[in-house]
Amino acid sequence: MGGPSSNGHLTAVRTSELLRFATAGSVDDGKSTLIGRLLHDSKAILEDQLQHVVETSERRGDGYLNLALLTDGLRAEREQGITIDVAYRYFATARRKFIIADTPGHEQYTRNMVTGASTADLSIVLVDARNGVLEQTRRHAYIASLLRIPHVVFCVNKMDLVDWDEAVFDRVAEELTDWSARLGIPDVTFIPISALEGDNVVERSERMDWYEGPPLLYHLEHVVIATDRNLTQVRFPVQWVIRPNSTEHHDYRGYAGQLAGGVVRSGDEVLVLPSGQRTKIQAIDTFEGARECAFPPMSITLRLKDQLDVSRGDMIVEPDDPPTSARELDAVVCWMSESALRRGARYQIKHTTRSARAVVDQLEHRVDVNTLAHQPASELALNEIGRVRLRTSAPLIVDPYARNRTTGSFILIDETTGDTAGAGMICAAS
Amino acid sequence: MNPLAYELAHLDALEAEAVHIFREVAAEFERPVLLCSGGKDSLVLLRLAEKAFRPARFPFPIMHVDTGHNFPEVLEFRDRLIDELGERLIVANVQDSIDAGRVAEETGPRASRNRLQTTTLLDAISEHGFDAAFGGARRDEERARAKERMFSFRDDFGQWDPKRQRPELWNLYNGRIRKGEHVRVFPLSNWTELDVWQYIAREKLEVPSIYFAHRRQVFKRDGMLYAFSPHVELVDGEEPFETSVRYRTVGDMTCTGAVRSEAVTLQAVVAEIAATRVTERGETRADDRVTEAAMEDRKREGYF
Repeated sequence: MGGPSSNGHLTAVRTSELLRFATAGSVDDGKSTLIGRLLHDSKAILEDQLQHVVETSERRGDGYLNLALLTDGLRAEREQGITIDVAYRYFATARRKFIIADTPGHEQYTRNMVTGASTADLSIVLVDARNGVLEQTRRHAYIASLLRIPHVVFCVNKMDLVDWDEAVFDRVAEELTDWSARLGIPDVTFIPISALEGDNVVERSERMDWYEGPPLLYHLEHVVIATDRNLTQVRFPVQWVIRPNSTEHHDYRGYAGQLAGGVVRSGDEVLVLPSGQRTKIQAIDTFEGARECAFPPMSITLRLKDQLDVSRGDMIVEPDDPPTSARELDAVVCWMSESALRRGARYQIKHTTRSARAVVDQLEHRVDVNTLAHQPASELALNEIGRVRLRTSAPLIVDPYARNRTTGSFILIDETTGDTAGAGMICAAS
Repeated sequence: MNPLAYELAHLDALEAEAVHIFREVAAEFERPVLLCSGGKDSLVLLRLAEKAFRPARFPFPIMHVDTGHNFPEVLEFRDRLIDELGERLIVANVQDSIDAGRVAEETGPRASRNRLQTTTLLDAISEHGFDAAFGGARRDEERARAKERMFSFRDDFGQWDPKRQRPELWNLYNGRIRKGEHVRVFPLSNWTELDVWQYIAREKLEVPSIYFAHRRQVFKRDGMLYAFSPHVELVDGEEPFETSVRYRTVGDMTCTGAVRSEAVTLQAVVAEIAATRVTERGETRADDRVTEAAMEDRKREGYF
């Protein structure tokens, strides 16, 4: 079994994978306690940090070890007892290194949840066993599904307060199985836990022998994530052209970027978009030397067989199943700005390594994040989610978000303030 | 499909993310600069820049803010390394800021030039017209840094406003700034101290000798061991003595503490760090101990 081992991550350095997970929840559902326990039991909380929490909890008169103080780093947060935005925490076991994107779960923080979820491989949704499935549980699951987080773990917490009752757990699991199916979440796991007492967090609970699955940490260490990324359609947004202009590398011309989809091999036939020219991959270069093959999310440099005019914003793709070159996008947008999105408004759009201008042609509807109902809307305010139709000043090379999280996503930037105003996921394009 | 064939080791995943950020900044900003102290994090940055841009040269210069109280071993190391890399180094001296009357030297036994660096840094950024500055800060270092973005915006006074940070989604970074503003870019945000050391070991990077155990004249203050040097003034009861120490962080000599250690090899240092029970800044940085929000306050002023 894969319990945490404090020395293991030295020897296992070559095989340990990185898992990014997001947690969302409010103050009293035990989220901080759960994170605190994962960090503490994996030795990621060090003595001076713990000492700080002890002293501050006492001074504030919290009456308990307030583990939220570990993540709430800013003075305003500590003073007001709130979490302003996404806090990132790190811990490691022998098998994996973990990045936690910890976000507050209240509706008014939807934008933070979306931000944390955008890079997550897995989402932990906490359910208080006493209260069962609440509106916010459904909302958290919806956001995980919207951002296409492949794995969702529902931790039914505070099982100690319901006498470790299997029936309580089953009821929650049944209800959320239906909801998850409706949302189309591919992999759903249910774990009964007590974050406070540690049951089924790191160690198996002996008080819930009716539960046959693994504890949470074991699941986090073993869930297969390597195949979650699109490994079938090659997508390589060109980020930077490497041209040394030195006598030693006189004719060198390499296209650098982070592979967004597919497995590329030296010798593969490829298509360059938007020009539509075909060529072959001459070599896959890295600092260490040439590689035979590469897969996402590796940062690599491609050299092509023919001398073509390729620059930043272009995409090198596979010829058989290329993305769409589109100026009209149907997308779901989560709004992140205090100045509302309205029909006719113009923004800067950034998609992969390409930027353009975009105008909102249509605001189709707003999504009620608690019921999924579509409502007619004349604007999208901060933290609201809706479906829009955008027209762009130049073609973007896109896939549906459901197919590729990198080539299917974009951000909208307010041209006046420069702020990131919205996050978009492409449904269809033409 | 065999999923094991497409597993990426965590250091490779962190490296791919950081390289992506380096290239993104090079493409979207006009005048980036890489801030380098010669410490372990900046050495990792330099290696990542090599991974991002070789066989070409870096599309930006390297800048060191020299307090004048740096460890001589580190300065010697810095010069040799940059020379080997064949890149351009700019040194911004705190002494010059003092001589020009931009800042006043602190006095007394606890005087430090740590805080003065901020002015020197901001002056240099403005003098050279830099619009993006890479730094080696990590979110695991300190509470205020845990809230930091990869792209951290600074207004025309170099100030950081934690409440006005831009959300960062996927790997799409928004680099839009107005004239006079600049961005601090932290490609190592998601790295921990242990990741940095594991990477140094994996990449066989040379690091300054002060990271390994050595005999040194030190004195004890506030529970920490400091180097005895001409830059510090002892107070009553403080006695220099010689012992075997190493450094976990490289900063100004006057505010960087040493830890007792016998670890003379990289392997031994990594083993000690894996077993440590105190954070690197908690153990060795007096500058963070002034108040609970010492780092947040300095960051707001434009510190690294």
